[in-house]
Parts: sequence; C-alpha cells; structure tokens
Amino acid sequence: MSTSVFKPGERQLSDPGSGPTENYLNAGFSAKSWLLTVDHKRIAILYLISLTFFFLIGGLFALLIRLELLTPAGDLMQSETYNKMFTMHGIIMVFFFLIPAVPAVFGNFLIPLMIGAKDLAFPRLNLLSWYLYIGGGLLAILAIAFGGVDTGWTFYTPYSSTYSNSNVILAALGAFIAGFSSILTGLNFIVTIHKMRAPGMTWFRLPLMVWGHYATSIIQILGTPVVAITIVLVALERLFSIGIFNPKLGGDPILFQHLFWFYSHPAVYIMILPSMGVMSEVITCFSRKKIFGYDFIAFSSLAIAVLGFLVWGHHMYTSGQSIYTSMVFSILTFLVAIPSAIKVFNWTATLYKGSVSYSAPMLYAIGFLGLFTIGGLTGVFLATLAVDVHVHDTYFVVAHFHYIMVGGAIMGYMAALHFWWPKMTGRLYPEGWARFSALVIFVGFHLTFFPQFIVGYMGMPRRYHVYPEEFQILNVFSTAGATILGIGYLIPLVYFLWSLKYGPRSSANPWNAKGLEWEQAGSPPETFNFRDTPVVMEGAYEYEPKIWLK
Amino acid sequence: MANHHHALQHHFEDLEQQFESASLGMWAFLITEILFFGGLFAGYLVYRSLYPEAFAVGSYKLDVLLGGVNTVVLICSSLTMALAVYWAHKGERTKIVVFLFLTIVLGAAFLGIKAVEYTHKFHAGLAPGNAFSYDGPFADQVRIFYSFYFSMTGMHALHMVIGIGLLTYLIIRARQGAYTAEYSTPVEMIGLYWHFVDIVWIYLFPLLYLIGRS
Amino acid sequence: MDKDFVLWPEQASTLASRVDNIYLFLVAVSVFFTALIFFLIYLFAVKYRRKSEDDVPKEISGLLQLELVWSIIPLILVLIVFVWGATIYFDSYTPPADAMEIYVVGKQWMWHIQHPTGEREINELHVPTGQAVKLTMTSEDVIHSFYVPAFRTKKDVVPGRYSTMWFKAIKPGEYHLFCAEYCGTKHSEMIGKVVVMTPADYQNWLAGGPASEPMEVTGEKKFQQLACHTCHTDKPNARGPSLVGVFGESVLLKGGRSVIADEDYIRESILNPKAKITAGYQPVMPTFKGQISEVGLLQITAYLKSLAKEGNQ
Repeated sequence: MSTSVFKPGERQLSDPGSGPTENYLNAGFSAKSWLLTVDHKRIAILYLISLTFFFLIGGLFALLIRLELLTPAGDLMQSETYNKMFTMHGIIMVFFFLIPAVPAVFGNFLIPLMIGAKDLAFPRLNLLSWYLYIGGGLLAILAIAFGGVDTGWTFYTPYSSTYSNSNVILAALGAFIAGFSSILTGLNFIVTIHKMRAPGMTWFRLPLMVWGHYATSIIQILGTPVVAITIVLVALERLFSIGIFNPKLGGDPILFQHLFWFYSHPAVYIMILPSMGVMSEVITCFSRKKIFGYDFIAFSSLAIAVLGFLVWGHHMYTSGQSIYTSMVFSILTFLVAIPSAIKVFNWTATLYKGSVSYSAPMLYAIGFLGLFTIGGLTGVFLATLAVDVHVHDTYFVVAHFHYIMVGGAIMGYMAALHFWWPKMTGRLYPEGWARFSALVIFVGFHLTFFPQFIVGYMGMPRRYHVYPEEFQILNVFSTAGATILGIGYLIPLVYFLWSLKYGPRSSANPWNAKGLEWEQAGSPPETFNFRDTPVVMEGAYEYEPKIWLK
Repeated sequence: MANHHHALQHHFEDLEQQFESASLGMWAFLITEILFFGGLFAGYLVYRSLYPEAFAVGSYKLDVLLGGVNTVVLICSSLTMALAVYWAHKGERTKIVVFLFLTIVLGAAFLGIKAVEYTHKFHAGLAPGNAFSYDGPFADQVRIFYSFYFSMTGMHALHMVIGIGLLTYLIIRARQGAYTAEYSTPVEMIGLYWHFVDIVWIYLFPLLYLIGRS
Repeated sequence: MDKDFVLWPEQASTLASRVDNIYLFLVAVSVFFTALIFFLIYLFAVKYRRKSEDDVPKEISGLLQLELVWSIIPLILVLIVFVWGATIYFDSYTPPADAMEIYVVGKQWMWHIQHPTGEREINELHVPTGQAVKLTMTSEDVIHSFYVPAFRTKKDVVPGRYSTMWFKAIKPGEYHLFCAEYCGTKHSEMIGKVVVMTPADYQNWLAGGPASEPMEVTGEKKFQQLACHTCHTDKPNARGPSLVGVFGESVLLKGGRSVIADEDYIRESILNPKAKITAGYQPVMPTFKGQISEVGLLQITAYLKSLAKEGNQ
C-alpha cells in the first residue's frame, strides 16, 4: 500500500466527483447492500433517512400541541390525548432525533473521513447500533399505536411507576434500546479517534468537529448506562412493585430524579456538542480563515462534558433537596456558562478580518450563533436559584431548552446537512431556496419560542392542556410561529429530494474547504474513502497557504 | 507493509492496531458497565443509609455459606479464564478449549447455587415485589432490600449467562483453530469481560451478605 | 380576573420584587451580550464579506489576552448573580419563626387546605397581608407542585414526606394557584386561587364561615379514637413515651442516635413505628398505615405541636 503526501494549499487537479467513478453510493443497489452494509457512510445515510422519519412524526405531534394551545380551552382534544401528545413529542424528539442526530449521521459519515481512516473501528457494531436504534424506535411507535404514553418524556415517579395507565413499559424499553445504540456509537467513535488517525494526524490537528464528537462520546458511554438501569427499575416497579420509587412502600420518588438527570442533563450536551463541532467547520470554511483559539474551543468541549455531569441537581431546586445542595449545583451550573461563552466569542472572532461568504450553510451557522446565544444566556437565568424557583416547570424553561435544542442542535444539524450534502450525495441543492429556508426557520423559530419566555415568566406552567385566558395572545403568536417554522423545515425536505435527481453534480470540493474529506476524497467518496492513506502535514483550517510551501 | 493475516479486517493497517482498538473498545464498554451497575449501587447505598436497621435484618437472612461458596467458585472461574487466555497466547488449541470449558462449568455452578438461593428466598416469602410476604419488623424496608438484592444479583446473573454464551462461541471457534499465537484477541476480550463480571460479584457479596453482620 | 393583555405578573409578595430585580438585571446583561454578539457578527459579516473568490485573508490563530478577558468577565458576572440569587433563595425557603402555619394536601387533582383554626378549603387559600404564612404540604399520590406566580415561589409536594414553603403577601387580590409538576390527566385543572385579604377582612372571613373546630382539637379527637393515649401517657410505667413537649425537640433513640421530632418524624412514627424506637421503650406499637389519611396525620401533628407549646410553658 502506498501513501501520498497531502500538500497543503494544493487544489486537487483530478475531480473524482464528476464522471462515472465508483463511489460508495453506486457500489451496490440491492436492498441487502444497504441493510447489511458495514460502510460507515451508508450507515450514516440509513440514519439520515430514519431520523427524518422520526423528526416528521415528532414535528406532527408538536403541530397538534400548538394547535390545541391556540385557545385557552381544551377544544381540539381531551386532556388525556394532549398529555400523550407532548409525551410522545418529547420521547421521539429527544431519544430518536436529537440525541442521535448529528453524531449518527455526520459523526458517522465524517469522523473516518476527517481523520483519514477507512472506516470506524468497529463497522459491524456500527450497523448493530443502527438496528438497535430502529428496534427502539419501533417499540416507541408500537407504544403510540397501542394508545400512547402520558408520563412526560421525563418519566417522573411515582406517576410513571405506579399511577399511569399508559404504555410506559413499551416506551421506556424503546428508550432503553435506543440508549444502547447511543452507547455503542460513542464507544465506536472513542476507539476510532484514538486508534485510527492517519499518519501525521495528531490530536491538535484534528478538526474541531472531531473534538466535539469525542466529548460527546465520553458523555454517551458514561451517562447513558445510568439512565438505562433507571428505566429498568421503573419497569420493574410497574411489573412487580419492587418499592424502590414507591413512597407508599418506603421508596423515594426523588431518587429517580437524581438518577434520571444524572444522564439527562449531560444528554443535552450530547445534543449540542456535535452541533458546536459543525459550527467550527462551517464558520472557518465560509470566512476562509483558521479558527480563532483552537485550543480553547477544543478544551471547552471537554470542560462542558465533564462539568455537565456535575450539574444535574439544577433540575431539582424546588424538589425539596437541601438548600445547600441546590447552592452547590447552582454554582457548578454557572461554571458551564464559561466554556459555552468561550466558544461563542471565538467563533465570532473567527469572522474578524475573514473573507465571509453568505452561503446557505453559513446562514444556518449564523442562525445557530444567534439562537444559541439567547438559549445559553437564558440558561444563566435558570441557574440562578431565586429566578428558577419562579420559572421552573413554566414555559420559560420550555422556551429555553427549545432555543438550545432546536435553535442550537437542529440549526447545527441543518448547517451540517447543507455543508456536507454535496459530499454525501455528490449533488448541489438550489442555493437560493436554501438561503430562503434558513431565513424562514430563523424568523419562525423566534416567533414560536420568544413569546414563551414572556408567558413563562408570567407563570404559565408547562404541560398545561387548558390555561387561563390572559396567556392566550402570546400563545397565538407561538402557534403562528410554529406554522412558519414547520414550513421552514419542509422546504429543505423538498429541495434536497429534488437535488438527488436534478441537482447539478458537485465537484470534490465545492466550497474550497480545508480538511481531508474535501481535499482527499471524492464527492461522493469511494467505499474505502481514500485511494491511498493520507499523510497529514498541517493543522486544521490552514486556509492561508504557508510561505515556505509556496 | 501490512502482514495480511486472515483475521485482519480490511480497515485496519495491521494486527496490532486491530488488537489495540479491540482492547480500548472493551475497556470503554466495561466503563459503561461500571456506570450501569453504578446506578444500582448508588440506589442501594442511599437506601442503606436511610434504613440501616432494616437492611441489616434483610442482609442477615441471606445465606452467607452459599454466597461464600459462590464467591470461591467465581474466583476459581477467573483463574481458569486467565489460564485459557494464557494458552490462547501460546496458540494451544486443546488447552484453550479445556480451560474455557472449565470456566463454563464453574459459571454454571455459580448459577446453579444462585438458583438454589433464590428458591429458598421465595419459599421464605422474601421474593421481590408483590410476591413478598415476609411479616417481621421493618417489613416494607426489608422488601426494598430484597428488591435491590434481586435486581443486583439478577442483573449480575444475566451478565453471567451472556458470558457463558460468549465462552461457548469461543470454544466453537477455538476448536476450529481460529486462535493462534498471533491472533487471540476475542479470547482476551471476553476474558476481560468475564473478570469484570467476577469483580462485580466481589463487591456485591460483602455489600449484600456481610454488611449486617458487624 | 383581569383579562387584559399583560406581560408581567403581579407582585403580590415580599419576595416578588426581589426576584424581579435580579431577573431584570439578568435581562439587562443578556440584552447587552446578545446585542454585542449580534452587532459583531453583523459588523464582521458586512465589513469582511468575500469580495472575490480568490480572497485569502491573513491567518489569526488566537490571542490569549482576549481569551482571558472573555472568560473572566463572564465568570465575575455569574459569581455576582450566584451570590445574589442564592441569598434570595435562602430567604425564600427559610420561614420566619412567627409564621402562621397552614396545611396543604395535594391529590389528583385538587388541593386540600386546612387552617390551624380548622377552616378547610378546596382549591382556594385565603391569607392575610403582612403576615408570614408557612405551608406544610404533602401529597396523597404523585408529586405535585404548589405554585403561586404572583408570589414568585413554588415547591414540589412529594408523597411520603412533608415539604414546606412560605411567603408574606403584600397586596390584596386574587391570584392564580397552579400545580406546576405534571401529575396526570387533569394536571392543568389542578388549579385554584389564592385570595389575599387585609388582616381585618381575613378575620371577618374566618368568622364568617361555618363554625369549625381548630385542627389541634380534631387532632386530639383522632388521638383518642385511635387509642394512642392508652400508651402515650405521662404515667411512669406507660408503654409509650409521653408526647408532651416532644415536638421540635431532640429524641434519643435506641442504639444511641438521636433525631429531631419534626413533622416527618411524627409521620414516620405513626405509619412505620418500628423504624425509630425511642430509647427505653419496646417496639410494641402497631402501624396505623391505612387507618389514617394524610389530613388526619396533619391534624394529629397539629395536636402534638400544641402539646409541645403546653410542655414548654
């Protein structure tokens, strides 16, 4: 096997993207060649399709929730139905869309390409992860088909373990199995990043996308098993009433909250860290500049992953935990704000004296910056003990986490989709429509969720099917915004599908971006990614050619 | 440059990289497992500090002799497993199979003794959940102790069953001559798993059986 | 109720303005940083927009001083906010000694409230202005949360234990009472109102309702009905310890530990008497689980509290 030296600043002359070259997409067309594939790129495509399916289902529930909340009275559906709507919206979106989203599609597709490997370390395990995800998803769908679940996605005991009459076990089992998919994906990434880097690809030459996924993977393997065993205990409680979470038998329902949030708060960082990785890639490419403060961005990802495990108690300020416990969790939560702020400032500074282009991925990235800044700052409100006591379990919290999860994580997902779509499919999408949809999403998002901060501070509790009349006007804004947001998400679905058949073919590097996946692999890449194992001679994002190489 | 051993997978450069990846992967998996059991251990410790007397009563009703014998059985199985790995490194097919088989026998013995213990507990009304019918002092809290006892030992036993399944697979492959001096990664990895499951028991035994007997 | 378009909740307790102040401070800080980031992005995006496809800007790797500035300034800000918020939190969850006690039991899907003077209310709570009110709360089934937005305070109501919250109302009026913790099908109908009255109106309200007996009297009757008094007497050879003057004091337990006799301890001792045995007594008390409701438990607690006052006099 020979190796080729990767010369920085040199544009590739041959264009593997055009012409009838063999690539991972045309390597086989049978259903078997897809369903039994061990190619990380094909598995990423499988995830992309299945995630889109779950996103649409979760979105449909969101739409029904917003329609119901158009009026204060419960006129569209029964309380029982409404409760199932928000529960299924939460379960589908959290466990089957947000947690896997960026890692399973873009991490899967790009990590081997970015580090110069032929595949992930455990390709068959990767395929197993997808099947586990699908298995878990099917159980969740079954739970809906058999009448739904009404516990809220948080499964709080003793309601979930003793009182609810819905399909808690099925849905919990679905989340449990999807959890293993998440663990195995994280494990695969960790080993791949440690052991499969190409010659010369040192840790501090890694694209920050890889760092983001590395931090995410640590959370996945450390946090997910805890929620898994907790879910098992809830199921056992329902089946046999073992008493651990049942206060009537001496159990402690609050213990569930501790165990649940020990995972589920870090889970938020599972959603956002990979999107932060995407930001570093997109912003550097479209300002054609090295990232500002590489080390700080890399280490702030790790800091977020570590601190993320020490802040779960901030979900429990009103639960009756001791005042001093709350204070410790409060200050640790404030500390998480610092690495997040560092990232935002560094991304902004990267634009300084750059060559900024407003291509669609960049518009999504700028949208991310705007929305994540607001989401992060409102997180500081919630870390503040006195303020959180008032707004805990109100729409203020709902607005905050949608700014992080939708405004942050999904904006990052959309940026990634637009950025790497030519790489993944070899096709270009209509740029004008893409910019338009970025704008529609940005506007629709604010209109949906900003009013919820206000109505939350006024005291409207979350998970309310009927609500007092003085909250109506803000809720009407929110529903109107949700409609726009929904359209904003449907437009890309149309033009992406369109581009698969009619989109112009992409060159290997349509953005003139840096990185092995752009400079050393075709669009789409061939099955084993690189013809020759790349040798890396320089750090990430070296957009300015070095004088000594000229 | 790469020696194309038949066990080398296409995406690795050489067997060493493949072995290191498998090894790191197994360790990462074991860390996940520690956290998995960790949730149960944390819950157990919380309740033990809430209800120390009741947990002492519950613990006192466990059979230390059977638990102790099982501890010895598992430690022996770790030894046979280690020997299987040792002979795998040497590539001695017959000895690998013999020691893997001994490990399975010891694992099965552990599960058999565990089944006897479970039966005794069920007859004494110390069954988990709704079947619980013990009526002494601290009945509710003793019930929680037994919920933990059955959850933790049950989860451990499930890991043993999976381990025995994996060992069976290893025996089949070893008989086919899959493991040689150059390549014995699966034996080594499953060995790590088996030792981990043993270590979990080393913690469970004092925590459940001995803690009430000060 | 006011149906006009409002964007701010009423400030009806002493806590409200304190919470609003820190909230407004945070809003100001957030607006500043959001505006700063948006402005910088706008400025850079316009000023440094790509002019030609061959643009290659100069490389800037980072600047340590700048990193320190934007780490340390936010750090100082959040530390200030932490101390400020924690102080208010501490005060808001530490009831003053002279607080009037009211008892709350939540269940799917209603609030049951009893005043020490015996008045019972469902989904309504009448309180006077200028008087600290401490709520002692528990739940009969799942976790609920007692939330009065106009007071800026809430507390989860957890089955199997007592939680407390307190407030001092300052402005007469009717305010929302919400259950804030999702509790099942009719969660959004587990609402009510808090009626804040001037002290004079409150006295009239107390006098105006049907005659009711004080909680401690009801509690004493329950104490007799359940025959608690046959063992818990002052006599020297009584099978159970005397309960006069016990509430709020430290109790020495068998085995040498001691415990403060608070609401949770009394609850546990009635429902699970063998859990903590008072030193010098035998574990002979049967459990009263299933024979007494959460409300009954609170009434007996109120009775024991009254005994404690007698004992201290």
